[in-house]
Amino acid sequence: MTESSSTQATVQEIISNLKNKPGALLPILHGVQNALGYVPPESVPAIAKGLNLSRAEVHGVISFYHYFRDTPPGKHTIHLCRAESCLSMGGKQLENHVKARLGIDFHETTADGKFTLEPVYCLGNCACSPAMQIGEDIYGRVSANSFDAAINETEELA
Amino acid sequence: MSITIYVPCDSSAISLGADRVAAAIAKEAEKRSIDIQLIRNGSRGLFWLEPLVEVVTQEGRLAYGPVQVSDVSSLFDANFHQGGMHSLSLGLIEELDYLKKQQRLTFARIGKTDPVSLDDYLNNDGYRGLNNALNLSQADIVKAVTDSGLRGRGGAAFPTGIKWNTVLNTVSDQKYIICNADEGDSGTFSDRMVMEGDPFVLIEGMTIAGLAVGATQGYIYLRVEYPHAHRALNTAIEKAYQAGFLGDDIRSSGKAFHLEVRLGAGAYICGEETSLMESLEGKRGLVRFKPPLPAISGLFGKPTVVNNVISLASVPIILDKGGDYYRDFGMGRSRGTLPLQLAGNIKHTGLVELAFGLTLRELLYDFGGGSASGRPIRAVQVGGPLGAYLPESQFDTPLDYEAFAAIWAVLGHGGVVAFDDTVDMAEMARYSMEFCAIESCGKCTPCRIGSTRGKEVMDEIIKGRDLNKNIPLLRDLCNTLLNGSLCALGGMTPYPVLSALNHFPEDFGINDKANAA
Repeated sequence: MTESSSTQATVQEIISNLKNKPGALLPILHGVQNALGYVPPESVPAIAKGLNLSRAEVHGVISFYHYFRDTPPGKHTIHLCRAESCLSMGGKQLENHVKARLGIDFHETTADGKFTLEPVYCLGNCACSPAMQIGEDIYGRVSANSFDAAINETEELA
Repeated sequence: MSITIYVPCDSSAISLGADRVAAAIAKEAEKRSIDIQLIRNGSRGLFWLEPLVEVVTQEGRLAYGPVQVSDVSSLFDANFHQGGMHSLSLGLIEELDYLKKQQRLTFARIGKTDPVSLDDYLNNDGYRGLNNALNLSQADIVKAVTDSGLRGRGGAAFPTGIKWNTVLNTVSDQKYIICNADEGDSGTFSDRMVMEGDPFVLIEGMTIAGLAVGATQGYIYLRVEYPHAHRALNTAIEKAYQAGFLGDDIRSSGKAFHLEVRLGAGAYICGEETSLMESLEGKRGLVRFKPPLPAISGLFGKPTVVNNVISLASVPIILDKGGDYYRDFGMGRSRGTLPLQLAGNIKHTGLVELAFGLTLRELLYDFGGGSASGRPIRAVQVGGPLGAYLPESQFDTPLDYEAFAAIWAVLGHGGVVAFDDTVDMAEMARYSMEFCAIESCGKCTPCRIGSTRGKEVMDEIIKGRDLNKNIPLLRDLCNTLLNGSLCALGGMTPYPVLSALNHFPEDFGINDKANAA
């Protein structure tokens, strides 16, 4: 099976499992992004057909929500909190360090494909600001040093 | 005798190393052939002490913290598993001032129990509210909630009982209960702590709400940023179904209630109730016009109760102990307790549940211990990103909905974020406009265009350009947002912006307050 047909098969299976839920579009998009890391534009026609929506409607939903992406992310996605609590604890300086260390801005992926950097507006870890998330792992009281350590550790585990 | 040791599974505790500490304790115990039972509890909400390890002794639960992996071996050397003294010893957990001074109603169980153990829940007063509710008429359940004086804890503070009553009295073949768990406000984490630390209390509260208004389906709309809460909720829901606390025949009463968690996708606006319902229906999260009220025509056009996590999690104790019990806490028209969240530049960050009426200063200094940096606290934002910034001169305001409204501020969801004197308030005002621009749903013009223009005007002000034109322009723009927006995002962004300008004009390049006006 080619990569594209296996992608389509995955998407089709997710659609048939979830399409009968009331308001099924977000659960389906989550399912696809969980399985593939993003929602490929070529999956939009199948999702639209499965839910009896127009492709424009599906695209509109994908583009509305910050979390859904239509391009593949790097191997690890770093969500760095930009919200007030983190700003009060040096979040801006941390953001500058993170961007310099990775050599990328928000919404970008490092050239080696290892890390994607995304802003997030609150991880609910405001008692331990500044905070970030790498994959599903959450980090609190992040400093430039602890960020570097977390990155190195994530690279070693990879 | 087996030894019981608690290490929190709360994601903030995990962010400080709780998982690693738990693994290290298990490994060290095995190495030393000590038989221990390791339980992952919720967090007590004393985050400067996390990871906070507790050991059960005859005297009570002894606390040690903050524990790092490197401390584990020395803790065992000190016989901490039998209550031995160590440099990290904190004494009996329940005797710690920070906890002892609180009035924990909604958070009564959190930190004490294994969050996903139904037995723990039942052994600690769980499901007593539901048992009472099953013997009451729908109107009497609603009456208990109305009598309690409970007002929506999500931020809008609308009386919960009135909302329920509207749904109860609207005839429909299908009604819904929605829990708004899209806790997007910076500085807030009480919803997360409940969902991770006591998910059954939310399930019970929603079930009671379903019985009260005649809704058979509930949805928890959870933000995707909370993966730990997602797992805890799903585990607890499955157990509740297995034990007959959810399903077609709740505890053989013949009454049905079903519950499902749905994930958001990183849109702050979906915390607005009509936008949330659009999202649940599988659409872009565009805000709806009101009326119709969701209580009359909500999810899929059906009567719908939309309540915040804390509101719903407060219902079980109200049905257990009565509306009067809950109402006897608090002041004025703010009844019961509010779980406050101390965050940002604060030494002792954490969860402080208290009856309304404490002053902000008491919270910041008596509980919070002042700033984390040791510098003076200059500004405090209460109520999330749409809440006003308060200067030191307003710190004696009591934490009460009406007292805050009187100084043009909001309590919101109870989040308190402190900033020390290194903060640049013009930058914070710019940030508020930028945030509004990023998160605007785009439906109404004041919010969609006004926020972007606001950011541009703030850029000019920060550069010191044409202040005598740009400051009035900013005020004018805020006035448009305030009065012309469809929902609270555009309508309240002026709170942080104008409060920053009014209280801290010097950061905007204005030397005296008179000229700021």
